[in-house]
Amino acid sequence: MLIAIGLKGGVELAKQSLVSLLPDMVAVIFMGSLLTLIAYPVLLYLGKFKVGDAASIAAHYGSVSVGTFAVAVAYYGTKNVFYEEHMPLLLVLLEIPAILVGIILAKGITKNTQWSIVFHEVFLGKGIVLLVGGLLIGWIAGPEGIASIEPLFFDLFKGVLAIFLLEMGLIAAMQVGSLKNHGVFLIAFGILMPLFSAVIGCLFGIMLGMSVGGMGMLATLAASASYIAVPAAMRISIPEANPTLSLTASLGITFSFNVIFGIPIYLKIAELMHSTITG
Amino acid sequence: MMEDKIHNIKVLTIITEASIESSLIDDFESLGVNGFTIIDARGKGRRGSRMGGWESNSNIRIEIICDADQAKKISTFVKDKYFENYAIVIYISDSQVFRLDKF
Repeated sequence: MLIAIGLKGGVELAKQSLVSLLPDMVAVIFMGSLLTLIAYPVLLYLGKFKVGDAASIAAHYGSVSVGTFAVAVAYYGTKNVFYEEHMPLLLVLLEIPAILVGIILAKGITKNTQWSIVFHEVFLGKGIVLLVGGLLIGWIAGPEGIASIEPLFFDLFKGVLAIFLLEMGLIAAMQVGSLKNHGVFLIAFGILMPLFSAVIGCLFGIMLGMSVGGMGMLATLAASASYIAVPAAMRISIPEANPTLSLTASLGITFSFNVIFGIPIYLKIAELMHSTITG
Repeated sequence: MMEDKIHNIKVLTIITEASIESSLIDDFESLGVNGFTIIDARGKGRRGSRMGGWESNSNIRIEIICDADQAKKISTFVKDKYFENYAIVIYISDSQVFRLDKF
């Protein structure tokens, strides 16, 4: 599934020049860092979390969830909503800044941080390798080159997505059990933070001159919280942070909320903001 | 020719979070560990349960066959580095092997 998303994005990249995408790329890196920096004080002061926990949870929310993105791709497909095709590239870029900001928030820039291990974890994690691999293959091969493998990666996409969601549902349900211990704040944060992030995502979309669908997609990316790449990186770089807290929030609450309610809501927000601005 | 004599040796077992696997492997290299076996695991303990649903939620079980001194050296190192923040259990048990020079 990750390869399929990467491939799609890669094929589109082949049609455009990287230079023309540069503003988008720089903007989303800034967006990922900004969201982490906003989430952190909220968690620290309102949520009364410890520094390590606040930084770790903030990093989860500044980063993105590929699963949520895949659901959005399927949703926009059914609704026939157009969105900028280079979204997978932005998805990859959004994974990374939040992790770095999170670590700096928790540790400061010290010699003790084992950056080489962190980078290894971030860039060579399965998720990123498959996504970036797909992007590169799609980019190099172009639309004609991909044609022969389309049946496997594109035609089966929705079927595989369904299986993936069933499994994620089981895992998310397991996390809900630990909600009892962590209370109301985490639930509120897990729902309100994505809604806020979606608005920020829409604003960035407007700034970058995106279509309504593009704004909605960027809002979805901003609103989604990581549960694969970031947990692994955080566990190593901020060991004192409790992984149950961040996973309960990002997977148990936010992922479920985004998939069921969030994605259509963010598209609505994008439509509203777009029509307000264009009059 | 297979040797018939059986030699006493130790087995050092570490059960911990899958997320620190690569970090531990680096440590083993620097401690001069000749070989180890890693098995996917799941379970429950004082730091909650990791039922192996996906990567961030799984355990590993590492076995290292070595002499008593080496077992002590590795376990002390791992204790100092990981006990504070990670879910980890270490135990050392007696065992026997045919080929002592292999370990």
